[in-house]
Amino acid sequence: MDVLYFAWVRERIGVPRDTIETDAATVNDLIEELRARGEEYQFAFEDIRALRVALDQELSDFDASLSGVKEVAFFPPMTGGE
Amino acid sequence: MTVRVQEETFDPGLELNSFTQSVQGAGAVVSFTGVVRDVEGKLAEMLIEHYPGMTEKAISKIVDEAKTRWSLAGALVIHRYGQLGAGDQIMMVATASRHRVDAFQAAEFLMDYLKSRAPFWKKERTASGDSWVEARDEDEDALSRW
Repeated sequence: MDVLYFAWVRERIGVPRDTIETDAATVNDLIEELRARGEEYQFAFEDIRALRVALDQELSDFDASLSGVKEVAFFPPMTGGE
Repeated sequence: MTVRVQEETFDPGLELNSFTQSVQGAGAVVSFTGVVRDVEGKLAEMLIEHYPGMTEKAISKIVDEAKTRWSLAGALVIHRYGQLGAGDQIMMVATASRHRVDAFQAAEFLMDYLKSRAPFWKKERTASGDSWVEARDEDEDALSRW
């Protein structure tokens, strides 16, 4: 599974993406696994209310299932437009 | 319907003219151009990051939604990413319809959704350091009126 990070999530973790093997059933389970990778990840995921998640490039929820998902992305609320 | 996500700048006047010429049967064309605001004269540059792949899909979905709500003869969305300076254009929306209400409302709808549903993140660089622009509650609230 590819896990992508954007904006300050990417900066806190220090890499734009990880490719991982995981049995995580939900996004929340995946976040627990990522937190165990080290303090950069704990810092990035310290408050998930400040984060958004996309599954296969569609906005989703933290309790969503990862079944069949190939790409997960974590990022802060979006700030496009003018 | 045209969606462009690009690093290079664009000429809003030229884009508007070619959009206007391309739409059939429209009596109203509305356009909006977003420009990089200077932060009290201190902004050195703005960096816009996006999520290649998702960005185009998310914007197309927003445009499709606008088409179901209003009668549109055409819609154009251009959004830049990369390094921008104060006064540079960030993005542009244009809509065309038979009568003006549809074009105005669809353009506002597109702007509200682009702001909080298209995966872009802005970072301001000033002499005192870099900071990510934070989403505001009003941006999310703006969606509820639609």
